Amino acid sequence: MLLGLIPFGMIVGVSGVSIGMPVIDVVFMSAVVFAGAAQLATLALLGASSAPWVVLVTVALINLRHLMYSAALAPLMARYTVMQRLAMAYFMVDHTYTVGVLRYRQEGDDYDRRRHWLGMGTVTSAMWLASTALGGVVGAQLPEALQLDFALPLMFLALLVPLLRDRPTVVVALVAGGLALALANLPYNLGLVVATLCGVAAGTVLSSVRKRRSVDGVARDEP
Amino acid sequence: MSRTAILLLIVAAGALTFAMRASFLVAGSRLRLDGGLRTALEYVPAAVLAALVAPALFAEGPVRFGPLDAKLVAGAVAALVAWRTKSVIYTFAAGMLVLWGLTWLAA
Repeated sequence: MLLGLIPFGMIVGVSGVSIGMPVIDVVFMSAVVFAGAAQLATLALLGASSAPWVVLVTVALINLRHLMYSAALAPLMARYTVMQRLAMAYFMVDHTYTVGVLRYRQEGDDYDRRRHWLGMGTVTSAMWLASTALGGVVGAQLPEALQLDFALPLMFLALLVPLLRDRPTVVVALVAGGLALALANLPYNLGLVVATLCGVAAGTVLSSVRKRRSVDGVARDEP
Repeated sequence: MSRTAILLLIVAAGALTFAMRASFLVAGSRLRLDGGLRTALEYVPAAVLAALVAPALFAEGPVRFGPLDAKLVAGAVAALVAWRTKSVIYTFAAGMLVLWGLTWLAA
């Protein structure tokens, strides 16, 4: 799982230089943001000359899941000081969260969670920075004819497709994708934000309708 | 945007992300995440990713494959590979190889 970060980080590096960023700036971004999908989205939007606030709203939306991670991790780390928890927050990514929460719930209270979390976080961060740098250095040598800017939509697909496990999520993706296409000509890439919010709204409504139906016992089309 | 503006934007994006990571971890039980909001949050990644990918695939690119755009064909193959393998690297490889193949055929 951790090794999966390497190609991901390299693609962030390649994509960064493909829109004209210096390698050092892309590595800086990997250190400061440390969130693959949000970084790729930022690069895609910068490449398309979006407004800064659209970039920030998009980053916020993509990273909202960290609120859930933070809520799940909080009771497990309650014994540590605020400063220590702040340091832990920096290392919260999909990978460290998944591995950490599972392990801390299994192991007893004696387990040194802080040591495990910070150790795992440091390794993850170092790999992320190194693979971004490597991707940037390699990417800067590659000819434009390779069309490596296409790596961005490919990465979004690679992240999106595994999420499409149930019907509401498929509807969310269809509504958001369809609206994003229809609104592609709005200024500043504003269509992206509108499409995302409408997709989420559609999914929320659909799932509450389904929940109500299955509670009533009228229909239940999926296990 | 200038380089400075981009770096400032990156710092702002990092601060925003850090604030979300730290939220509950630091504030602890003083904050609550209720069920409705949680459901909405679960749909956000699929919505953002679909909204990012759709215009990129359907935009008319320089390379055509019959009536279709090469990027759309490559994207469709990559989506299939993503679905079958759930692998970032295979998806990337499949998409790029199809795009290069079609570009070579069209040249």
